[in-house]
Amino acid sequence: MPGTLPPSARQDMEGGEKMALTHKATVMDEKGIMQALRRIAHEIIEHNKKIDDVVLVGIRSRGVPLAKRLQEYLNEIEGSAIPLGILDITLYRDDLTERQEQPEVHITDVPFELDKKHVILVDDVLYTGRTIRAAMDALIDLGRPATIQLAVLTDRGHRELPIRADYVGKNVPTSRSERVEVKLKEIDGSDQVDILEQTKD
Amino acid sequence: MQTLRRKDILGLEEMSAEEITLILETARSMREIIQRKIKKVPTLRGRTVLNLFYEPSTRTKASFELAQKYMSADSVSVAGTSSSLVKGETLKDTVRNVEVMGIECVIMRHPVSGSANYLARNVEASVINAGDGMHEHPTQGLLDMFTILDKKGRLEELKVVIVGDIRHSRVARSNMWGLQKMGAEVVVSGPPTLMPPDLEAFGVKYCPDLEEAVEEADVVMALRLQKERQEGGLFPTLREYAEIYGLTSRSVVKAKDDLLIMHPGPINRGVEISSELADSPRSVVLEQVTGGVAVRMALLYLLMGGVKEE
Amino acid sequence: MKTILIKGGRLIDPSRNFDGRADLLIKDGVIEGMKNGLKAPSGSETIDAQNLVVMPGLIDMHVHLRDPGYEYKEDIITGSRAAAAGGFTAVATMANTDPVGDDPTTICYIRERAGSAAVRIYPLGALTKGLEGKELAELGRMKSAGAVAFSDDGKPVFNGMIMRNALQYAAGLGALIIAHEEDPYLAAKGTMHEGSVSSVLGLRGIPSAAEEAMLARDLMLLETSGGRLHIAHVSTAGSVELIRRAKAEGLKVTAEVTPHHLILTDRAVKNSGYNTNTKVNPPLRAESDRQALWAGLLDGTIDVIASDHAPHHSDDKDVEFDFAPFGIAGLETTLPLMLDEYSSGRIKDLTLPILVDKMSTAPARILGLEGGTLQEGGAADITIVDPDRSFIINPETWHSKSRNTPFAGRQLNGAAVFTIVGGKVVMREGVITDQ
Repeated sequence: MPGTLPPSARQDMEGGEKMALTHKATVMDEKGIMQALRRIAHEIIEHNKKIDDVVLVGIRSRGVPLAKRLQEYLNEIEGSAIPLGILDITLYRDDLTERQEQPEVHITDVPFELDKKHVILVDDVLYTGRTIRAAMDALIDLGRPATIQLAVLTDRGHRELPIRADYVGKNVPTSRSERVEVKLKEIDGSDQVDILEQTKD
Repeated sequence: MQTLRRKDILGLEEMSAEEITLILETARSMREIIQRKIKKVPTLRGRTVLNLFYEPSTRTKASFELAQKYMSADSVSVAGTSSSLVKGETLKDTVRNVEVMGIECVIMRHPVSGSANYLARNVEASVINAGDGMHEHPTQGLLDMFTILDKKGRLEELKVVIVGDIRHSRVARSNMWGLQKMGAEVVVSGPPTLMPPDLEAFGVKYCPDLEEAVEEADVVMALRLQKERQEGGLFPTLREYAEIYGLTSRSVVKAKDDLLIMHPGPINRGVEISSELADSPRSVVLEQVTGGVAVRMALLYLLMGGVKEE
Repeated sequence: MKTILIKGGRLIDPSRNFDGRADLLIKDGVIEGMKNGLKAPSGSETIDAQNLVVMPGLIDMHVHLRDPGYEYKEDIITGSRAAAAGGFTAVATMANTDPVGDDPTTICYIRERAGSAAVRIYPLGALTKGLEGKELAELGRMKSAGAVAFSDDGKPVFNGMIMRNALQYAAGLGALIIAHEEDPYLAAKGTMHEGSVSSVLGLRGIPSAAEEAMLARDLMLLETSGGRLHIAHVSTAGSVELIRRAKAEGLKVTAEVTPHHLILTDRAVKNSGYNTNTKVNPPLRAESDRQALWAGLLDGTIDVIASDHAPHHSDDKDVEFDFAPFGIAGLETTLPLMLDEYSSGRIKDLTLPILVDKMSTAPARILGLEGGTLQEGGAADITIVDPDRSFIINPETWHSKSRNTPFAGRQLNGAAVFTIVGGKVVMREGVITDQ
C-alpha cells in the first residue's frame, strides 16, 4: 500500500496506484548513517574556511533532524554552535495544482540573517531536484547568502533540474520505479535507509 | 486533517472545530511570511482572484488585497453598487462574467444577508464571504480567534464578552459560532433592543449589566455602533449608550487582570470604547489587523492550493 | 355541448353531506342527475371514475393573475390554464395590478378577458383608491360591474378609521372585505418570520405581532361596524386564536390559510440556503404556528384553503434575498399538496370531505358564488381527482408563466385528472383542452 509510506516522503509516485511496495535492500543502517554524517561534517569544515559564517538549514521534515545531527557533530569538532534554521518549502512547490492531497503548510523558522552567510541546505534524499529548487527560491526570499551548499544523506539520481549535491552521504543507484525510504529516530523511531520496489499486488 | 474539503467559506456556523483549527494553524505559518523583509511567496502565481465589494470597506478589502499580493495571485478589485432601487448589473449577470473570466476565487462583500450563499451556488469558483448583510463575516471571526489564540495560547474555556449591537452584527455572529466551537464561553451584553430575537439560538448567555457580564472575563470585544440605530428608536442617545454600555476602565474593573480588549474597527472613540482603553496595552486592536492578512493568506492557500475535489 | 356521464366514482358533496358512490350526468352545462346506474345517452362521453373522486369544482378565492400590468409574470389566460391544470374551476383575482383594480373599468376589463379563460375568473376590487389606504374606492360601482369582494391585499389598511368606514360602508352593500393583516411598522423591512432562524440567518424578521395586532384591531372594529370580514392568509397561532374567539362571540368573520403555511416553516429559508422562493408574505412561520393552523383548519376556525398564487418572473426572484419580491406561485401545487397531506396520513382527522369543503363549498359560500355543490340543476363545475396519482413537482411543465415554488422536486400522491367548467372538460390528464 502506497499509503503506508510516511506522508513526508517527497519522492514522486510514478503511477503505480495498484502496485505494492516491498522491501528490496537496506542500504544504510544506524552506524552507516552516523558515519556518513560525521564525514559530511568534516567535509563542511574542510570546504568552508571560516566556519563562523556557516549556517545550517534543514528542509522539513527529515532534513531537520539531519541538520540537527550535523550541528552536533560540527559542534563536537569545532566547539562552536552553528546556527540552525528550518525551511518549509510547501508554498514554493511547483506541483500544487497537480497533487490530490494538499500539503499542510508549516512554519519556516530561520531566526538569523542569511546575508553573506554560507548556507548548508540539508535534506534526506536528492532525487529530481525539484525540492531543492523550491528550497533555494525560499532561501533567496529570506536574504542573500554568500553561497548555498547542499548536503544530502542519499543521492538516488534521476535529476530533472541542473542541481547537484556538495555533500553526499551515500550514492544509491535506483530505478525510477523504486523508492528510497529514509527512517530517522527523531521521527520514525529508528535509523535506516531502505530501497523499496514495486511489485504487482 | 490536511485539507479543507469545501469550495467556499460562507460562515463559521457551518464549519467544524477541526476546520477552524487547520485554518488558524496555517495562518500561523503565513504570519512568518508577513514578518519577512520580502513579503512574497510564489504559491498562487497565475491564479486569479476577484474582489467584489458591494459595500464600502477599507480594512477588509486592503487585508484581502495584501494577502493576494503576498501569495502572488493576480487579482482584480471591483466596487459594485447594489440596491433594489439603483438598477445596475444584477449579481446574476456579474456571476456569469466571473465564470467567463476564469476567476478561481471570488471575495465578496454585500449588504444583503445570504448573498454569498447565492453567489457560491451559482459559480464554480470558490467564494469567500467578506461580510454579507447581518449574516456572517467569517474571516473577521477567524482573525479575532487568531489574535486571541496568539495572546492567550488557547481558546478553550476562555470567557469572551461581546458588547453592543449584536442584532445587526455579522462580526458578532461569526464570533459567537466560532468561539463556542473552539470551546470558549461567550457572553453578550448590550441593550435588549440590540439583541437578536431568540438569542438562545446561538447558545450564548445574555447579561445586560456590562459590569457583571465582564466579571472574570479573559476577552472583551466591543462592536461598532451604527448611528442609524438611534434613529430607529433602538436606544435613546449615543451619550446614554456610552454611559451604560461603553467600555471604560471603570466598566471592566471586574475582569481578569490580563483582559484583552478587541474591536473589529473602525472605532467610535468615546462611544463603544473609551480612548484610554482603546490605546491601553491590553488593547489588541492593531494586532487584529496583522492577523487578518495571515488568516486570509491561509484561506487563499487552503481553497486554491490543491486540486479541487470532484 | 357534449353530454358527459361520470361513472362509478366516489362523489363528495359537502353542501349535502354526501360521500358515496354514484354516477353523475352532465347535460347542457348543468348537473342533470346524480344516482347509481345512470345510462349514457347516445353521443355522450363517459368518464370512467372507478378509482377517482368526483367533487364540486374547486375555487381558489385568493390568486394574483397580474393582469393588467405585469403580464410578464402571468396573465388572465395563462393563470386560468394553471388553475385548470391544478383542478380549479374558478379563481378570484386580487386588485394589485397596474392600473390597480379600483374602478369599474378594470373590473370590466378582467371580466372581458375572462371570456377567453379556461376557468371562471372573478375579479376582486380594491378597497381603497390605488391601494393607498387613504380613500375608499367605488365599492358599489365595482360591485355592479362584477367585483365579488374587496381587498387591498398585498397591503394592509393601516388607518383604523378608513378600515372602520370601509367595514360600515361595505355592510350597506352586503359586500365582503378581505383583509391583509400586517402592521407595516412592526413588519418594517422584514423578509422572513422573526425568530431564531431569522436571527441566525441575519435576515430582518416580521414578528407574529405584525399580523396579530392588525387582526385584533380589525376584529374590534367589526364588532361595532357590522358587515363581513374575511381574513386572508392567516399565518400565526395567535391569529388562529383571535379568530376562534371572534367566531365564538358570533362575529361574521371567516379566514383562509395557504398550503405553504400549512406545510413549511421558517426553517425552509435556512435549509434552502436563502432560496428566494421561500420568501413570502406573510412569512413561513414557526412549527408551533404551523400546527396551530392545522388545528384551526380542522376545528372550523379557518374556513378556506387558498393558494395566494403570487407568480413572479425569475428575473425578479433570482436575486439577493432582500431584493426579491414576496410570493409563491401555487395554482398548480395547492391541490396535490393538500391531497398528499391527506393520503400520507400525516394529519390525523384530515378527510377528503374536509378538503373539498375548504376548497370548494366554503369559498363559494363566502364569496356568494355559484358552485361548491353537486346539486342537480347547478352549473356543472366539477373536479375529478386521482388520489393515488404519484408525481414529482416540476415547475418547467407548468401552465403558469412563473416557476417560483419552494416545492419543486417534491414527490406527491394525488392530483386532479379532469377539470370541468360549465359542462366542458377544460383539463384532461394535465392537458388543457382549448375550446
